[in-house]
Amino acid sequence: MKLLTVCGPPSSGKTSVITKTIEILRQQGLNAGVVKFDCLTTHDDALYEEKGIKNKVGLSDSLCPDHFLVSNIEGCLRWGIDQGFDLLITESAGLCSRCSPHIKGVPAVCVMDNLMGINTPKKTGPMLRFADIVVITKGDIVSQAEREVFAFRIKQVNPRGKILHINGITGQGTFQLAGLFMEAGDIRTLKDKELRYSMPSALCSYCLGERQIGEEFQMGSGKKMVFDEVK
Amino acid sequence: MGLQQNSFLKMEQLIKEYPPLRGFLENMNLPLDKITLLPEEYFRSLDSFVLEETGLGRVELQDLFQSYLQHLQMIKEDQGSIGSLTLWGGQDKAGKPEEVHLHIQRGEIVCLVGPTGSGKSRLLEDIEWLAQQDTVTRRKVTIDGNVPREELRFSSGRKLVAQLSQNMNFVMDVTVYEFLKMHAESRLMKNIEELVDIVVEQANLLTGESFGKDVPVTSLSGGQSRALMIADTAALSVAPVVLIDEIENAGINRSKALELLVSRDKIVFIATHDPILALMGHKRLVMKNGGMIKVLERSEKELEALEKLQMIDRKINEARQLLREGAKLESLF
Repeated sequence: MKLLTVCGPPSSGKTSVITKTIEILRQQGLNAGVVKFDCLTTHDDALYEEKGIKNKVGLSDSLCPDHFLVSNIEGCLRWGIDQGFDLLITESAGLCSRCSPHIKGVPAVCVMDNLMGINTPKKTGPMLRFADIVVITKGDIVSQAEREVFAFRIKQVNPRGKILHINGITGQGTFQLAGLFMEAGDIRTLKDKELRYSMPSALCSYCLGERQIGEEFQMGSGKKMVFDEVK
Repeated sequence: MGLQQNSFLKMEQLIKEYPPLRGFLENMNLPLDKITLLPEEYFRSLDSFVLEETGLGRVELQDLFQSYLQHLQMIKEDQGSIGSLTLWGGQDKAGKPEEVHLHIQRGEIVCLVGPTGSGKSRLLEDIEWLAQQDTVTRRKVTIDGNVPREELRFSSGRKLVAQLSQNMNFVMDVTVYEFLKMHAESRLMKNIEELVDIVVEQANLLTGESFGKDVPVTSLSGGQSRALMIADTAALSVAPVVLIDEIENAGINRSKALELLVSRDKIVFIATHDPILALMGHKRLVMKNGGMIKVLERSEKELEALEKLQMIDRKINEARQLLREGAKLESLF
């Protein structure tokens, strides 16, 4: 089975891009499934269901969604193989822009949209920087110049990623993406595979449920901002 | 400047030649105080903490830097112009072979005609993707008579097709000047100030309501926005092919807009059923059921028809103006 990780900021069009691409793959007789990772709640299972796409939702709840993803990715792979998929796609939102679900040896896709503003590529971090394929959506509603500048800024963060412009509504460009998906190699196990980038070091009292503010309640790894002193 | 020469340049010299390199270093949180070194020395000088933050090894990081440098070099050297483009027929929605092919020279206008769902968007998608019989339509695109190189497909710096449509808006919170400057910088252009002035001037020729370069792009009217988009695409877009979708009611001088694009040696595709616009095209591609049915060349007779249509158009505009002024239309003819 082929495995791909798709990520991107919330509302960038991940679900639309995946749905349209799977429709193309289906026309080619391929069976693809999705695991959607989210934090508190999701509506995407209904969207996939509507299109008849087999899917599984993982809600991380009080945990960091990307830590949750890595801890569960092997189970997802087994589920996908058991389901007899040709291809399994994980979808996650990379909520703090610091995490990245990308795994060495597993094709990584990042979805960005033209409306995010030209400084967003710079702020997006590892999930964009380590992607093999960068999908840019919502190009149909901004000017040509903005599309060009946005793609330029993405290149500046990720010079090697292949850039694809996709219209999530009409599906324009998904035929090409489906072709790239099919170039992924077969994967039977993720044992001994490695993440492309470390997860954030988050192990402090607040990770463990502390709510009280104040120095004496802060334990574990912490980092303090530096402010200029007023003379 | 070739790659060979670049290897003797210090980081700061490279940054001077290719300013976006600075942004690359900043994005990676790499130090800017050591740019007096040669790239080799620079990457050797990075400590393990800095490297760890990038998530890359020293060699990988330097390779990535070199890839980006090559990408910028390509943008700088490539003028993006192509001589001609040929679209070879594949099949329509029913699998019926397309008997026609379309050959377009730069500076030519091709109109796409056919009902909704006749396959106009798919055709433009094939051009943008440089289809090599690997899309559902099985069409093939050649440039200057050759099969295009693979890297053309995914490189944003060489995007082949620029698009303009009625639905497009500016979303950046910047002034006209900043907007054009940003676009020109992404193309590594020189004489930016001069270019900005030219583009604003051209845009003002296309719209009735003139605007200056200090207004925010988001506050431009529909007509002004369209005019700026067209002038900007003509002068600053990397794409040699421009696709225009439905600009019938854009509030701009459409003939002048097309003339401007063509004068920049663009190949212009325009999906339209406006008779005046359609007759401005040198060729007309007729689409049906996902297939190219035929290519019509504009004839002498049609040119005569165009003149008459333009005369009618002027009359209608005149009538509109009279109505606006509260006058009677009795003396129109």
